[in-house]
Amino acid sequence: MHTVDAHHDESKAQYFWVWGVLLLLTAVEVVLAYRQVFQPVQMLQALMVLSIIKSALIIGYFMHLKYEARSMKWVMMTAVVACLCFMCVFFADAFRILQLGVR
Amino acid sequence: MADIAVQHGVDAYEPSLFGTYSKKIGMWLFLLSDSLTFGALLFAYSYGRISNPQWPTPFHKESILNATVMTGCLLSSSLTMVLGVLAARRGDRSWTRNWILLTMLFGTGFVVLHAMEWTKLIAEGMTPFKNPWAASVPQFGGTFFTLTGMHMLHVTIGIIYLGVVALRKKWLPILLVLWLAGWLLTPADNVFHTGIHVLLLGTVVAAMILFLKPKDYDAHDVEIAGLYWHFVDLVWMFIFPLVYLMSTRVTG
Repeated sequence: MHTVDAHHDESKAQYFWVWGVLLLLTAVEVVLAYRQVFQPVQMLQALMVLSIIKSALIIGYFMHLKYEARSMKWVMMTAVVACLCFMCVFFADAFRILQLGVR
Repeated sequence: MADIAVQHGVDAYEPSLFGTYSKKIGMWLFLLSDSLTFGALLFAYSYGRISNPQWPTPFHKESILNATVMTGCLLSSSLTMVLGVLAARRGDRSWTRNWILLTMLFGTGFVVLHAMEWTKLIAEGMTPFKNPWAASVPQFGGTFFTLTGMHMLHVTIGIIYLGVVALRKKWLPILLVLWLAGWLLTPADNVFHTGIHVLLLGTVVAAMILFLKPKDYDAHDVEIAGLYWHFVDLVWMFIFPLVYLMSTRVTG
């Protein structure tokens, strides 16, 4: 097994911090949901914001995207985020059913 | 370092894409496509969730607690995985293996807890086509089992993949024992009595890889296996709030 030079300053402590923040955000999500702090739509928004923060931490630190070439970050992330955003187009229809009471 | 640059002619090299090795680019591209697969499933689930006011909320306190422990397992497995990648970069073989084995253990804990959750829901009368909580929303079972089943399959594949990287051919007999134990210990009417055969299929595929292309897995391979594992963790960060937390039953 050959070694690969670490091109950036990364320490075990940093990974433990990221792990701690992820666990903390999970705990916040569970408390928000179990105490039913918000109405369903606000709850969905709050949970999604927290989940996006968590996924950014995982992609950036655990998957090392923070330390990759800038072109790689942009190409990878714009492609997948754009595709996922296009999928949101269906939600207009989901809300139509809900608000108009279409059965 | 054949995978760092593609050779054209005698000594003309083309720099690799994004200045990194091609195996990593390959894995990233696979993960991007896989995130669209999960994205489609999550959007389908959320569409049903939003458009049905009668959407069932079957997840009691113990289900939420169970799912929270599962989330903790996956997050901790991601931590042990990055520590394994760090050990591989240092060239520390034994700690690389230890951290990866710990990652696999957390992953196995996740799958076992999830399988128990499934078994409980099925015992309560939930199938892909009906559920006991909301007769007018038959799609709850279908979307739930497809989404979480797809994720469980990814975690299982991840465990097999990490085992190949960490233990190589020694992993094959262990995998066979796990398959046989799982098959004999689950009741015949349990869905996982059939589902455990994924391990047998995984053993065959892993054996083909290990015998047809035997190699010593290096720090790059560990890092790529880590990318896959973190992705599985990442997907669960969306399934957990959308499926479990949005269907919490506080009263009753």
